[in-house]
Amino acid sequence: MNSAVLFGISTMSYIIAMIIYITYLAFRKSQVGLIATTVTVVGFVSQTFAILLRWKEFYEMSDMGILRAAPFTNLYESLVFFVWCLILGYLIIEFRYKNRSFGAFVTPIAGLALAFIDLTGMSKDIQPLVPALQSNWLLAHVIMSFIAYAGFALAFSTGLMYLIISSDKRSEPSYIFWTMATGIFVALLVAMGLDYLTFKMVIKNPDSLIKSYLFRASLRSSSTAVAVVSWAVVVAFIYLLWRYGNLLKKIVSSFGISPEILDEITYKSIAVGFPVFTMGGLIFGAIWADQAWGVYWSWDPKETWSLITWFVYAFYLHARLLRGWKGKKIAIVAVVGFIAVIFTYLGVNLLLSGLHSYGSME
Amino acid sequence: MEKEKNKTIVDRVWDIFASVKLAVVIFAVLSLTSIIGTIIEQNASPERNIKLLGKFFGQSAAPTLFRVFDTLGFMDMYRSWWFLAILMLLAANLIICSIEKLPGIMKLVKEPMKPLQPESFKGLRIRKEFLLKGSPAKTKAVVSNAIKKIGRFNLSEISDGNGYQFYSQKGSYTRLGVYVVHFSIIVILIGAVAGIFFGYKGFLNLPEGTTSSVVYVRGGKAEKNLNFTIRCDEFDVEFYGNSDMPKRYKSWLTIIKDGKEVVKKIIEVNEPLKYEGVTFYQSSYGLTPEAGNSVFKFKVTPKGGKTEDVAMGFGSSFTVPGTNLSGRVEDFSPALGFDQQSNKPFTYAEQMNNPAVYLSFYEKNVRKYGGWLLKRYPETWKLPEGHTVEFVDLWGVQYTGLQVRKDPGVWIVYLGCLAMTIGLLVAFFMSHKRIWVRLLEEKGNTRVIMGATASKNRYAFEKKIDKLEELLTRGEEGGK
Ligand code: HEM
Repeated sequence: MNSAVLFGISTMSYIIAMIIYITYLAFRKSQVGLIATTVTVVGFVSQTFAILLRWKEFYEMSDMGILRAAPFTNLYESLVFFVWCLILGYLIIEFRYKNRSFGAFVTPIAGLALAFIDLTGMSKDIQPLVPALQSNWLLAHVIMSFIAYAGFALAFSTGLMYLIISSDKRSEPSYIFWTMATGIFVALLVAMGLDYLTFKMVIKNPDSLIKSYLFRASLRSSSTAVAVVSWAVVVAFIYLLWRYGNLLKKIVSSFGISPEILDEITYKSIAVGFPVFTMGGLIFGAIWADQAWGVYWSWDPKETWSLITWFVYAFYLHARLLRGWKGKKIAIVAVVGFIAVIFTYLGVNLLLSGLHSYGSME
Repeated sequence: MEKEKNKTIVDRVWDIFASVKLAVVIFAVLSLTSIIGTIIEQNASPERNIKLLGKFFGQSAAPTLFRVFDTLGFMDMYRSWWFLAILMLLAANLIICSIEKLPGIMKLVKEPMKPLQPESFKGLRIRKEFLLKGSPAKTKAVVSNAIKKIGRFNLSEISDGNGYQFYSQKGSYTRLGVYVVHFSIIVILIGAVAGIFFGYKGFLNLPEGTTSSVVYVRGGKAEKNLNFTIRCDEFDVEFYGNSDMPKRYKSWLTIIKDGKEVVKKIIEVNEPLKYEGVTFYQSSYGLTPEAGNSVFKFKVTPKGGKTEDVAMGFGSSFTVPGTNLSGRVEDFSPALGFDQQSNKPFTYAEQMNNPAVYLSFYEKNVRKYGGWLLKRYPETWKLPEGHTVEFVDLWGVQYTGLQVRKDPGVWIVYLGCLAMTIGLLVAFFMSHKRIWVRLLEEKGNTRVIMGATASKNRYAFEKKIDKLEELLTRGEEGGK
């Protein structure tokens, strides 16, 4: 068996698990929940083997040391590793808090990250390392960044759940925030899905990148009619979410997770994510840049965005010390923090141009 | 309220700077302004940003907007006076906040542990109560051993009513972790400032075989003298197989000081050369326009004969030993490719990706044949007569592109990073734990009342206390 097959199994498992967890959320049958957990564990185990196997394959292919062959170096591999950390963190929480409803919020992130790999058609091949990437600091940097991102993703999920169950009125800022944020998130993903589906039909040139085609199938379509309809659909979707968001609140509340527990998990996930991100994401990243290029900080967009992410989480930690910032306000910050993470990781590559060759889509 | 009124302006400003509220505001401002800096391309040519602004605000408004943004420093935002001012504000906030809070924290850290009043146990977040067989005098040893076992506590003991009280704390110093983090940020900022004032960033493109005792700074507009001379002996790129994917860039560098060669080192990406506080990084490479004294190197093996090294310039000839066949270099390509349709040779890159020489062979001044010899393809080295001419290298046409930096502040920055790492580990993964245990006489048995607090990760400590209870009560059953 090779790593690709195992990766396939794990991707399938997570997507199936996502569907079962959502079903579980709707029907609350404990057998269903058990199946969801089992499928997730199967996915996790096969992903673990897949990562190890890919490491071995890479090691045998290249003549460099075992550390250099660690499969965390390109965008594809790092996304896979992110999902692995996320699922591990999730399983720990499920076990510790004996509550499966988080699954319906965490597995979609895993599923989407994996779907994103296919959406953008990024290369899954094992690629030899260009000289700048041959560094142990880089390895530590990438591994720790993704552990931290997984913590932030968990905090995002529980923060969002917190907002869902503790906002009541449609006019409340927190209610508007969570429906808007969720609506935009889903809309962008669907738009990217459409890009992916139409990309191969419209663009004949095999060398052109899907990056240049972003949102061309819908929101930025060359046909005005398509563009207008797309925008209308997005607005309508967000409106419906806003109008009927309370249904989701009913479902999530019926699980009896207290807002206090959600707040605690959010804080704890960030309390793990923040120091790991500071050390791995910022400090090790700076040391690597220093060794490779002779500058530890150059304010390029990717670096700047990771600093922005860091400020947002520093904001989160300190705002907790202020009176009146417990609860919904702080949960919003946790959600915003993860939006900054996504932007650091994908937005900079897709929308802004950076110096970083690392993680580029090419 | 009364007190507020009596405050002077200085006090009020001080209070603002000591507040976490200001910190939160600064985080928000830094985030938002930094976002602008990633959208507007920094240090780019004006046209690029005018085009960008045009996209957002329309072509007509763009040039005016550009001027406004430019005046405000947005085109080189991270070095603008106001961005640096925000950073200084952050530093001031950190320092004043620490001055304000540290004395209290130090007291908490140094304070010896005190026994707890019986009524205070109710207020503790972790609490346990159960009975043990035997009088407190008998159970004392078991209990104190169990407490030591779960957390290496140093116990103090006093008598308490009709029994005893044990109490202990661990890790009170972990409360300082946060302050180490805060302090480290000041250190990092100082290091960065030192780098800006006392260091420089430059570059140097050094052709093979040449020396330099200056480097170029500010995008080549100014020179900086080195106190020594640096020479590039050779530069080479290794590729993965026969692909154009680079595997390794190497420069053979020599440092010459007072006429003596003092250091020789092969540098690579991620492995720079450091001398007298100046660091040379492998950063780029290319072909030099003036390659006057370049040398072609061959290994010539006549059929069945011995290999000889040949080195010569463009246009000169060599003879295959033991024959009257002579070869002459007539053309060169740094990256030779063949057109897929016409099969015509052409140069596909301005770098030495696939170096090739065109050699013509003459016998008694009559041209016999000629062809391309490719360094990376041994099958092209064979001559029709069975001789081999290996194309080893063309030396002297490439330059190595070096980033040069002197930054006396970098050690301060790294020290700050180290402090921050330690501070974060202490602040988030260690905690100040306190435990109090009362052993009270109750009809010849012992009533145990435990209370505990932890500054972080209470859940884990609670698990330990659960274990402590289990340990004690199980020992009880075992003793029966
Ligand atoms: C980039 C700058 C800063 C970083 C990285 C930082 C980091 C931290 C961290 C990691 C904590 C611990 C939070 C927790 O345990 O949940 C903390 C706590 C704290 N920070 Fe900051 N901080 C920064 C700036 C500031 C500033 C400017 C102030 C000024 C008022 C401040 C005041 C505090 C206070 C009062 C605490 C609580 C301390 C305690 O619990 O004893 N911080 N900070």
